[in-house]
Amino acid sequence: MKFERYGIGVVKGMALTFKHLFRPPITVQYPEQKLNVSRRIRGNELVWFQDKCTGCATCAKSCPQGNIVIVTHVGSENNYVVDKFEIDTGRCMFCGLCVEACPFDALAMGRSYERAQHRRRQLILSKEELQLSDVRQPSGYARPKIEATLPKQSLLIYWDRKEGGQKLSWLALTKKRGRGV
Amino acid sequence: MTLLEQFQLWLGGIWPGWAAYLVPAIVGIVVILAFILVMIIVFIYFFRRVLGRFQIRIGPNRLGPEGIFQPIATAVKILLKEDIVPAKGDKVIHWLAPLVVFVPVLMIFAVVPLGARAILTDLNVGILYVVAISSVSAIGIYMAGWASNNKYSLISALRTVAQIVSYELPVVLAILGVVLMAGSLSMTKIVESQSIPFILLQPLGFLIFFLGTMAEMNWSPFDLLEADSEIVAGYHIEYSGMKFAMFYLGEFGHAFVYSCIIATLFLSGWQGPLLPPVIWLLIKVVAVFFVMVWIRATLPRLRVDQLMAFAWKCLLPMAVINLFIVAAEMLWLSEITPWLLVAVNFVFAGVLVLLWSKLFNLGGGRVEV
Repeated sequence: MKFERYGIGVVKGMALTFKHLFRPPITVQYPEQKLNVSRRIRGNELVWFQDKCTGCATCAKSCPQGNIVIVTHVGSENNYVVDKFEIDTGRCMFCGLCVEACPFDALAMGRSYERAQHRRRQLILSKEELQLSDVRQPSGYARPKIEATLPKQSLLIYWDRKEGGQKLSWLALTKKRGRGV
Repeated sequence: MTLLEQFQLWLGGIWPGWAAYLVPAIVGIVVILAFILVMIIVFIYFFRRVLGRFQIRIGPNRLGPEGIFQPIATAVKILLKEDIVPAKGDKVIHWLAPLVVFVPVLMIFAVVPLGARAILTDLNVGILYVVAISSVSAIGIYMAGWASNNKYSLISALRTVAQIVSYELPVVLAILGVVLMAGSLSMTKIVESQSIPFILLQPLGFLIFFLGTMAEMNWSPFDLLEADSEIVAGYHIEYSGMKFAMFYLGEFGHAFVYSCIIATLFLSGWQGPLLPPVIWLLIKVVAVFFVMVWIRATLPRLRVDQLMAFAWKCLLPMAVINLFIVAAEMLWLSEITPWLLVAVNFVFAGVLVLLWSKLFNLGGGRVEV
């Protein structure tokens, strides 16, 4: 006897949702747990390497907004010395053209994305603020050498390659996580 | 004699008559109201957490340990919101509607026994009172829909009335089965007569009553009056602030009260070994509510015609048959051991559910109007 249309669908559905109770939750508790962002993220900031920069201002020319202010003077070895390097990230749209344009890899997009400020003027980043620090790490956008050193992006759900790409798996954020779906 | 009456009698010896009558009544009402409101808040928290787990989420867990203060934060947020009344709405009815929805919920609780003697008033027609009062909130929802001067609200209000009137019949017939077995309309007597819980003796009646009450309190999958995808939010589109909160509390209050009534009628209420009666009642109530959340997390919303067909073509005939079966058993088989009745009734329930589901799949599972 087949129970196809005797209300068995309701029972099946109820059994399925009951199983959900015992599955680990997929929620990422954001401020405590963070996923790895894409290695080529164009995060809401830029990183500037002072030693690599020649002050050629190619980045300033490539900027569609004209956000980058760069002031230089000629130094003792007939080179440019950068006096002022400012980016108004409040007006920046993070297109990455300046990073692509830089001939000496002196500018890179950042990996961080928590750059909210209380005042608009705090968004104008000076030469000192733009430099590499613990909270200001470069992303691999248009910088393959940096990209190779970065950790892989973590996705909530991904195809399990070991299973022949046929099975969806969850991210193993905690020890309880990562059971197959 | 209930605890309250005993209190009254004791106070009558010390205080003048009117005070001895009024004070225990007020004390009892305040205690019950506080109990209900606390339980509603607990239910809202429980609902959000359990629904979250059903959907592989965590649910609110930030405020306080495991998020237990989240309902309070929500209440504060709602209280601070602006109260908006539609310009062309009926202002008096718009103001009155949330009260008419919420107050009956509190009133039902007068006859729910929390223990052998812990009951506000032991009415001898307790379950009749429940049936009468619980349908009042339909009027409140209709008032809300009408006074909002909004087409979606009105559609929702009309749906509600049709739904509640339809589902009242099978619910009352299922209650009649219980009353036949218990031999009384009083809630305390019904509980006392359940040496075997009536869910075992009348599985079909329980099923009908459960589904019917879920439809009456507009719980998903019968939440046609709120159908977000069709009529935005139904009768409470034009409500905000504390008035909306009253509807929200009313919804969960209904869930709590009906869980209590289901536990009282079919799960032997406060009866149970070892633990105190109130704890037993709460365990059963939470179990019933858990099943409701489970159903809400699983089943999609019915169509309007499916809803009506389910009430009139499925629940009502089954309720009548159930009533006949119970009546016959009480008339001719009242002497035999109850466990035989349990077996017989489970067979009856299974056969009837299968038969009716067969009737319902005419046209490839599509329900004809």
